[in-house]
Amino acid sequence: MALVTESKKACAVNPLKMSAPLGASYAFMGLESCMPMMHGSQGCTSFGVVLLVRHFKEAIPLQTTAMNEVTTILGGYDNLEKALLNIRSRAKPAIIAICSTGLTETKGDDVDGYIRLARQKHPELADTEIVYVSTPDYVGAFQDGWAKAVQMLASTLPVEQVEKRERQVNVLPGCHLTPGDLEELREIIEAFGLQPVFVPDVSGSLDGHIPEQWLGTTLGGTPLAELRTLGAAAHTLAIGEQMRPAAQALADRCGVPFTLFDRLTGLTASDAFVKTLAELSGQPVPAKLRRQRSQLVDAMLDGHFHLGNVKVAIAAEPDLLWSTGMFLAEMGMELGVCVTTTASPLLEKLPTSEVLIGDLEDFERSAAAAGCDLLITHSQGRQAAERLAKPLFRIGMPMFDRVGNAHLCHVGYRGTRNLVYAVGNLMIEQIAHHGPQDWPLPAASRVAAVAHVPARIERLPKPGDQLAPASA
Amino acid sequence: MSASLNAKIAQVFDEPGCDVNQAKGEKERKKGCTKQLTPGAAAGGCAFDGAKIALQPIVDVAHLVHGPIACEGNSWDNRHSASSGPQTYRTGFTTDINEFDVVYGGEKRLFKAIREIVEKVDPPAVFVYQTCVTAMIGDDVDAVCKRASEKFGKPVIPVNSPGFAGPKNLGNKLGAEALLDHVIGTVEPELSTPYDINIIGEYNLSGELWQVKPLLDALGVRIVSCISGDGRYNEIASSHRARANMMVCSKSMINVATRMQQRWGIPYFEGSFYGISDMSMTLREIARLLVERGAPAELQGRTEALIVAEEARAWERIRAYRERLAGKKVLLITGGVKSWSVVSALQEAGLEVVGTSTKKSTKEDKQKIKEIMGDDAHMIDDMTPREMYAMLRDAKADIMLSGGRSQFVALKARMPWMDINQERHHAFAGYEGMVTMVAEIDKALFNPVWREVRSPAPWEVVDPLLVEA
Repeated sequence: MALVTESKKACAVNPLKMSAPLGASYAFMGLESCMPMMHGSQGCTSFGVVLLVRHFKEAIPLQTTAMNEVTTILGGYDNLEKALLNIRSRAKPAIIAICSTGLTETKGDDVDGYIRLARQKHPELADTEIVYVSTPDYVGAFQDGWAKAVQMLASTLPVEQVEKRERQVNVLPGCHLTPGDLEELREIIEAFGLQPVFVPDVSGSLDGHIPEQWLGTTLGGTPLAELRTLGAAAHTLAIGEQMRPAAQALADRCGVPFTLFDRLTGLTASDAFVKTLAELSGQPVPAKLRRQRSQLVDAMLDGHFHLGNVKVAIAAEPDLLWSTGMFLAEMGMELGVCVTTTASPLLEKLPTSEVLIGDLEDFERSAAAAGCDLLITHSQGRQAAERLAKPLFRIGMPMFDRVGNAHLCHVGYRGTRNLVYAVGNLMIEQIAHHGPQDWPLPAASRVAAVAHVPARIERLPKPGDQLAPASA
Repeated sequence: MSASLNAKIAQVFDEPGCDVNQAKGEKERKKGCTKQLTPGAAAGGCAFDGAKIALQPIVDVAHLVHGPIACEGNSWDNRHSASSGPQTYRTGFTTDINEFDVVYGGEKRLFKAIREIVEKVDPPAVFVYQTCVTAMIGDDVDAVCKRASEKFGKPVIPVNSPGFAGPKNLGNKLGAEALLDHVIGTVEPELSTPYDINIIGEYNLSGELWQVKPLLDALGVRIVSCISGDGRYNEIASSHRARANMMVCSKSMINVATRMQQRWGIPYFEGSFYGISDMSMTLREIARLLVERGAPAELQGRTEALIVAEEARAWERIRAYRERLAGKKVLLITGGVKSWSVVSALQEAGLEVVGTSTKKSTKEDKQKIKEIMGDDAHMIDDMTPREMYAMLRDAKADIMLSGGRSQFVALKARMPWMDINQERHHAFAGYEGMVTMVAEIDKALFNPVWREVRSPAPWEVVDPLLVEA
């Protein structure tokens, strides 16, 4: 339905997009005892760390091969080898997860070959799993980096032949799901007596908890042992279109069938998920979820007054745009402006006239032109909201001017209910207080009215005025 | 990297104002002062980051990053450098190069990007930042900027500081080089007075400049330009007519101060706005240099009178906290001047500094620490997060003051922490700032939340190890 266009500007203004290596690194942060590392200049890592720290308010483990001009030109083997040895001896992670950057991709470093060589030269590295994904900065966006990283994990780590566990389901969540979303999904899946294995699982590592001791690596997430036994699962649930390649890779490698849910925000979207779980488990839908569904229906009824007909501008990565946009459209909102970062087969299906792969300048201008009353994007939309004097509802990353971002939850019946209330309350704050000048008549009506006014209006007597004697 | 960039880095390293450099032999000096970074154990920004930090606070120009999305997309508008007017500097501009550009070159895209900015925003100047990838593929940013300047009739300034050139600190200096090569001295000011100064290396984070400016205003001292906090292009371009320069923040922009002295004979001094005695010393130095250069001598008398009044006012407000803060132990993890300049204020408030980090401090900084804290000053050269955590958990310190990166070391140990580096939201400069800082420490230390969060969970109390004897 929608026309997908790409911004033709030479200069991106106020970027919406973040880089693919950062998306891949974020995925690696959902693995237990992992040290993610960017193969690039130390600034690549530093910017990523700062962004994630400001979003999560957590210590972020992310290393760098600290490439400089000379090592870039001569090739990064020495730096990579040193980094592997340093990380192994200092942080002692179970997994070192590497992604490339624009710098090392432009040079053309053969990182797979480097890892093989380092393993040959240093047998002590045998106790450490090392994985690598290629993510040049100049191709794709954050979501693409995450998708590539998970696809790589699914197609390299699981053991091909493994004994089946009939209650195990794998869950491959897209990068648009928060730790809070994953916790909600775990609870829903477990309510059916199923055992979910999330890959990756940022709810274990970035959910803001107080660990017993200080570790240099990730503090939770998918354990390596579970990554190896993904093939044991009866089924894989992939959340978000971005996860299709990863789910397919796992199906190809281990023969685990998968179901892809393009979103889990919304009533019918949650229904589809719950129905699948009931079928997979052979269990009826628990009373708790039936109650939650009923609560969501009520929330939608209460909320629709405030959401209906509101013209909204959304800028987000494709899967987040899809799940939020589709649901808000179901609530009667009009998707006036849709801006995103990268290509996706979902974009053309959005109920809007145009989806632009662009930046927040495009977003701001289009929102002003279309007369949108609500802006939805990440915290970088704050300048646009200020200039347009419109409310901003924050979704996605980064969200540096809010606390509690890890625990936002917009999936399932309860999460969708949260979203209805949050957006509804924001709109209630915008309800205008009207004044006597708010509904002026058009000139034509005023002229028409004046034409019929008599030249002299008879004054009615006031009560108490002395009445003229009737017999005058 | 182009030959010119190599020459530029060599020039930056051969810094006459840097005593560390002057103490080196010929051979050592050639190697430069950049420590080799340790792969897999490095933290900190790159040279591009450093150049951006140094120049982004110029508020009325457009800052255009020529590179892939990571450099600007992951980092734009992430500092609290404040502006009293234009907001152009907070707009993120980047060429966001794609694979096609990497193969065929990004110069055309860059030129078009500059055109778009000139047409849309019409800023007084455009600063163009080189990055690793565009440097690797050989995009000639200097040539594109030159051509764009001619074509659009306004300054387009190349900032040649790709990330892989070195660390953040080098980037500060390379950013400053761009000002020296292309900006400073290109415009003549409309007005000059004997009271004109530049402040170099002050970034106006959280509006700190405005804690200091009222003092200078009261004395009639004019800030011709601040390089670069709340800076304006034309002010910086005409800053060569100032009578004296103050250099802030250790040595991040020392090349600007030394080169302005060489080229235009402007004397400079190194000063700090952090700490009460340092603020007073700074005011004295400004007055001294201006009088030396011909300002009426009475300026010095007025300065002393202002110092007396303002110091008394600050100490009185700080002493109000003394009783509450006496004996509380502070771990100070920061760098450069701040490793000593805030210590006296902390001491005056009754706090005991149990350790101060000297990782980014110069030899002079270390000498100053000894002067203030005595010979038993606990200088920490390089402390791992694990060691900091242990120190806090074992209650060898009551509060940690550090940058945002290490805040979780304290918070996860359930210990008070206060931000003292550039991401902070509070302004700590001048007399006002020290009072604010002590108040913030008090606020952090005495929050009842610490008692709450340290209380064990009910199921933990039965553990004999957790029962207090």
